[in-house]
Amino acid sequence: MSRTRRAATLVLLLLFAGALAADLVARAPYGLQDRDHLSVAPCARFPLGTDELGRDRFSRLVYGSRVSLLLAPAAALLSLVISALMGILAGHWGGWRERTILAGTDLVLSLPWLFLVLTIRALLPLNVSPWLSVVITFALLGMLGWAAAARVIHAGVRSLRSADFVLQARACGCPPRRLMLAHILPNLKPLLFAQFWILVPAFLLSEANLGLLGLGVAEPLPSLGSLLREMENLPALASSPWLLAPAVLLLLVMSCFQVVFSKGESSA
Amino acid sequence: MRCRRLISRLGVLLVTLLAGGFLGATLVRFGPGFGTDERELDPRLSAQSIATLRQSRVGDNDLPAFYFRYLTGLIRGDLGVSRSLGRPVTELLGERLPVTLRAIGIGLSAGWVGGLLLALLTHFFRIPAFDFASTVGSGLFLCLPAAVLALLFVYAGAPSPLGIAAVIFPRVFRYARNLFLSAAARPHVTTARAKGLGKIRILLWHILPCIAPELLALLGVSLSVAFTASIPVEAICDSPGIGQLAWQAALARDLPLLTNLTLIVTAVTLVGNLISDWTGGVATGGPA
Repeated sequence: MSRTRRAATLVLLLLFAGALAADLVARAPYGLQDRDHLSVAPCARFPLGTDELGRDRFSRLVYGSRVSLLLAPAAALLSLVISALMGILAGHWGGWRERTILAGTDLVLSLPWLFLVLTIRALLPLNVSPWLSVVITFALLGMLGWAAAARVIHAGVRSLRSADFVLQARACGCPPRRLMLAHILPNLKPLLFAQFWILVPAFLLSEANLGLLGLGVAEPLPSLGSLLREMENLPALASSPWLLAPAVLLLLVMSCFQVVFSKGESSA
Repeated sequence: MRCRRLISRLGVLLVTLLAGGFLGATLVRFGPGFGTDERELDPRLSAQSIATLRQSRVGDNDLPAFYFRYLTGLIRGDLGVSRSLGRPVTELLGERLPVTLRAIGIGLSAGWVGGLLLALLTHFFRIPAFDFASTVGSGLFLCLPAAVLALLFVYAGAPSPLGIAAVIFPRVFRYARNLFLSAAARPHVTTARAKGLGKIRILLWHILPCIAPELLALLGVSLSVAFTASIPVEAICDSPGIGQLAWQAALARDLPLLTNLTLIVTAVTLVGNLISDWTGGVATGGPA
């Protein structure tokens, strides 16, 4: 492992640990309003200042990264389960059932991603509790982002289906379920792992886009996407560069993902 | 052979659009607010008028009939009326589609020219520092969401189509750079180099024909990426295109408008992909 990759892994681990221990790292609850300190510049008490409601920006960033960094992998896991199910079943069954599943996958792939997300998001209530909005946002990403991964997993199953050890197992009378669970699935692990780590940064970016458009996680709960909304105050950016902190954190997380998993991506 | 493939692809396109139409109709039919009419709230209307209004929507409850009417409407170009804006969807599309198409045209051109040019430069000069800088630079663009890129472009006073170009450029650069690298390592290119052919001749005669189908396939994919990027870019840059319209429709939960927009964008993307696949097939002389 190169030095850069090791450093990026360390940064990612630290960020995930910080997100997990948000209650310890943050100096105040994310929703606590200090009416005596509205829109304060960074100082010893408030490292990133406060917003117009007097909430500590640093604490909100820590809690926001917890929401995004923990739920993006959860959404990726959901997506991976769906894609693995589709890919494995299509590759295993073959025939008309394979063609039907692949046609459905192609249909989802041909729909423009963000248009589809907005359409389904519009179906669901917009005025919901903050935690429900988190669940809706990430569940939506997880349920709509499976198609490309399903294609890759299907290709993997197809190539394994004709592998010597699978043919041998079949010739020995191995039942289909056992063939799938004991022979094909364990060999798909690297592919599933790579797909998972491709989906996580993709969902982080999608949540950020939805958050900036006002369709993501609802206030007062912070997420990396919803925290980026403060950047919309463009005239203030020059005089208050600390407003860029969520964007810088997102950039750091995404860069680390790119460095750590670039090899896995290309091999997948 | 090529004709059969084209007909088969057109068939797939038609089936996808029909399936998309059914999906759209289902979403509209089961979406919130279906079967309600705000005209019923008008206190000037008599009970008889309200009953007539309700009677006019009775047919909508019959699912197959609703699907049929929706699809025949689509074929006739009748995309219904936007609930939030109270205007026909076709009228809104007529106003806004040209704005988006223009922005996407400029964004795609700028992104492709920038990405290809940078990939060519890294391929020709092979200076490690330049390669590193271009990889890091394009990586930074890949690490930021389209909405943040749009915000930064607004802040810099740059035109909104450049926001789309910023989304397209790093993808084109990375893909083209990898293609150039793999093509340059092929045996026929090594032979051409060993025979003393110039760099430009090798590029034009031996590398570009090899990678043309892949680049054309990426062109089809980048069309879909550009449409997706148009939503945050137009919403942030206040550009009156269909991306902004989709965002406003999502905030207003205007499902008929959103589903029709999605269907139109899907159709445009599929046709773009079909053309790029077909051109790729023609360019290589193989089946499209």
